[in-house]
Amino acid sequence: MNENYSVIGKSVPKMDGRVKVTGQAKYTGDLKFPNMLVGKILTSPHAHARIISIDTSKAEKLPGVKAVITHRDVPSLKYGISPARWDENIFCIDKVRFVGDKVAAVAALDEETVYRALKLIRVEYEVLPAVFDPVEAIREGAPRIHDEYPMNINTEIHQNFGDVEKAFAEAHHVRTDLFMGQRTYQCPIEPHSAISIWEGGKLTVYSSTQSPHYHQYYIAREFGLKMGDVRVIKTFVGGGFGGKLEPTGLEFAGAALSRITGRPVKMFYDRHEMFAHNRGRHRQIMEVTTGVDKNGKILGLHANFIMDGGAYTSLGIASAYYAGAMLTLTYDFENYKFDMIRAYTNLPACGAQRGHGAPQPRYALEAHLDMVARDLGIDPLELRLRNARQPNTITPNEFKVNSCELTACIEKARELSGWKQKKGNLPSGRGIGLAVGSFVSGAGYPIYRTNLPQAAAIIKVHEDGSAATLYTGATDIGQGSDTVLCQMAAEAMGYFYENMKIVSADTETTPHDFGAYASRQTLMSGSAVKQAGEEVKQQLLEMAGEMMELPPGELDCREGIVFSKYSPEATRTFAEVAREFFVQKGPLVGRGSYTPPKLGGKFKGAPVGTSPAYSFAAQISEVEIDGETGQIDVKEVWDVHDCGMVINPALLRGQVHGALFMGMGESVWEEVVFDKNGRILNGNLGEYRMPTAVDMPKITSELVESYEPAAPWGVKEVGEGATIPTMGCFSNAIYDAMGVRVYSLPLSYEKVWRALKEKKEMESGLKSAAGRIYDKC
Amino acid sequence: MEALTDQDGIKRYLVNINVNGDPYTVIVKANTLLVNLLRDQLDLTGTKKGCELGDCGSCTVLLDGKPVNSCTVLAVEADGRGITTIEGVARSEKLDKIQESFVNNAAVQCGYCTPGMILSAKALLARNPKPTEQEVREAISGNLCRCTGYVNIVKAVLEATGD
Ligand code: FES
Ligand code: FES
Repeated sequence: MNENYSVIGKSVPKMDGRVKVTGQAKYTGDLKFPNMLVGKILTSPHAHARIISIDTSKAEKLPGVKAVITHRDVPSLKYGISPARWDENIFCIDKVRFVGDKVAAVAALDEETVYRALKLIRVEYEVLPAVFDPVEAIREGAPRIHDEYPMNINTEIHQNFGDVEKAFAEAHHVRTDLFMGQRTYQCPIEPHSAISIWEGGKLTVYSSTQSPHYHQYYIAREFGLKMGDVRVIKTFVGGGFGGKLEPTGLEFAGAALSRITGRPVKMFYDRHEMFAHNRGRHRQIMEVTTGVDKNGKILGLHANFIMDGGAYTSLGIASAYYAGAMLTLTYDFENYKFDMIRAYTNLPACGAQRGHGAPQPRYALEAHLDMVARDLGIDPLELRLRNARQPNTITPNEFKVNSCELTACIEKARELSGWKQKKGNLPSGRGIGLAVGSFVSGAGYPIYRTNLPQAAAIIKVHEDGSAATLYTGATDIGQGSDTVLCQMAAEAMGYFYENMKIVSADTETTPHDFGAYASRQTLMSGSAVKQAGEEVKQQLLEMAGEMMELPPGELDCREGIVFSKYSPEATRTFAEVAREFFVQKGPLVGRGSYTPPKLGGKFKGAPVGTSPAYSFAAQISEVEIDGETGQIDVKEVWDVHDCGMVINPALLRGQVHGALFMGMGESVWEEVVFDKNGRILNGNLGEYRMPTAVDMPKITSELVESYEPAAPWGVKEVGEGATIPTMGCFSNAIYDAMGVRVYSLPLSYEKVWRALKEKKEMESGLKSAAGRIYDKC
Repeated sequence: MEALTDQDGIKRYLVNINVNGDPYTVIVKANTLLVNLLRDQLDLTGTKKGCELGDCGSCTVLLDGKPVNSCTVLAVEADGRGITTIEGVARSEKLDKIQESFVNNAAVQCGYCTPGMILSAKALLARNPKPTEQEVREAISGNLCRCTGYVNIVKAVLEATGD
């Protein structure tokens, strides 16, 4: 631990640990308000259909039903991530576009009545032809999902940096591989919920959200309210992973129902509805071409992708840009081309899931590079070292990378895993694989165009100095931002973590912050908090200077003690100075805000992927494959991260464990599957197979020394970065074990088994072919 | 079990249960789930709901000492029996060893799986005070956690077995 710090760099226990182990922590679904109603949304049973009529009269007559609403009862304003892509309505007006699209909603006295009422709503549909595959969706003659988007093209990207064609022409070796991703789902264990209370012209929404600010912004916009008349309060949130970032529909429907009934309305999704609403990871089809020189130095890269966006934009334009933007971060090359089509299909919309658009393309690139290394006869780890990005460099798509210890990460992972001894020497069926990754520490630009700062914070010292409260819009969804930010506040003030209180993520009482996404809070919210803490400290030292009759510049404060830097015996406690401050001058308050510098280039889509700082990671996994069944037994995984200065090592490791767990699930098991009519076949936690405690291998999480100059105390992200290399690293380990490459995710037992079978058949086929040739001779 | 018929002709049952040492008499329908009785009627919201299908374990409570998914148990089945929910694990101010170990080992992230995990772990340690790592993993394999990769949870349970 760094001696210069008293509070940061330590694994202090989480602020909310105690309330969570005792069951005291209240999540949105745990709250009750007097006179509260229960609401639910009726969704479409068809993947694509015209709405002919909706008859709610029977439902309305059911005793206990207080309101039934459809598109006629709510504003018809479309919403979505950016004005050019606003394509979603609160309730469908003319058409439904996927099984699960929102059609109507009911509020009633209790859950049972709500469900009965939903069944009584008569919707007449004219079923339309539907399309479920992105490649088919963009073919001539495919059913048109949105009138405004010909060929079902939601987003089309063509970026070209340097001269890829020339690089390929000059390359010693050019290779192309095609990979297939899968649709996965965030699956937070807490389902989405929202309680809306419309009272006296003001709307209050308690919500399981990752960004109270976005929800406030969208709700105010939809209902034509002033931002100040909408208050969004985050309760404890049971995990988000991207799915709770954008509006879920529950807050819109709940707000409308509450306005009509004049009562609080609790809305929630059950597990199947969670899957149907979705907004999980896009399935991408990824063609990767690389040209290398004879030493394996990458000369040019072409990423040519198609993604299944589902029925709406959701956060998908960002996902589409991220998919290509982030590929340039880890390796140093100059020529890069990125083509992408995000297609509409009649499936639930996809959005942002941990790592956003990046993990699948990273899988493709890392698996592909292993094949390139094999073609050249170079150790795949050595190939990465030869290409690894160095600090203070700029990517071809104009991201400025300051700190970067990727080389050190790879070297340390090599050492920890025993790569040198193991590579090529493991018994048959056993293999070792490597992949690397990188991620933003906060998006350089907010989701919607605004010049608001990215983050802001206020710290108020209590009147007697016995506590200080941090007010921040930053959003703790379990990752521990409340804890980390309180550590930062205490460090900046010269105070104790134990005496910190926090009020966070309430749009009325806390200053603006964009919330939990793009791994932004440690750096961005942390910057604002540090500034606020320093402002408190400065005022405190001035007061202490008066009390001690010393120049404030001579004073400092640490761990609650104000002291003179020159005569250490002269001290005052933080508390007594703070109290005196209040007596003489009123509240002792510090303020801070953070706006990143202008980042990135000028080309179309240039902002996506910009960040003040990037994390880097190398992962190695060792697997054992059962040649008979294809079963993958993961023996151990090593993650080595460059995430700058670490504020709380225990929480950081927790993020690595969780990210790796998610990456492992997506590597081997997780996939949302649909029938031929677009209905989800495994919309539950039994059949959507996420890893259990018995599936998890031994995980070693290590760090390399690093300091980020653009960040408070040199911090960077960790929460999403560790998901990114995992799928590639498993793919490479499986290949090393068995010599078969599975080109589609998940790398399921069955696919591995099939690949092995094909290999065997091919080999025996070749042998018999060879035998026949021999016979002829 | 005593039954009453309401105005719609639906039978209601009088259920006597003991929750965390306190006796309660409640009226439930035949299809009322134990999890909803606990959460909605007794306001014991520490017991969570993640799926209502018996898949996730976030609704785990101890029924006569045995861990059950309370979303798969009918309230009437609990008549005359003893239930421990997360609210009954700590003895007033003092946390149970397992709870303490969860806090100290950073085994809690979002906390939504935590009550169920702790109760599954508690049941395990009651029947097997010195479990192996594999036994811990098996005991909590019905409790899904999306945040931690189970690493620190397993560590916390194992550490709670120490003296
Ligand atoms: S809510 Fe009972 S097992 Fe998931
Ligand atoms: S801590 Fe979030 S689900 Fe386990």
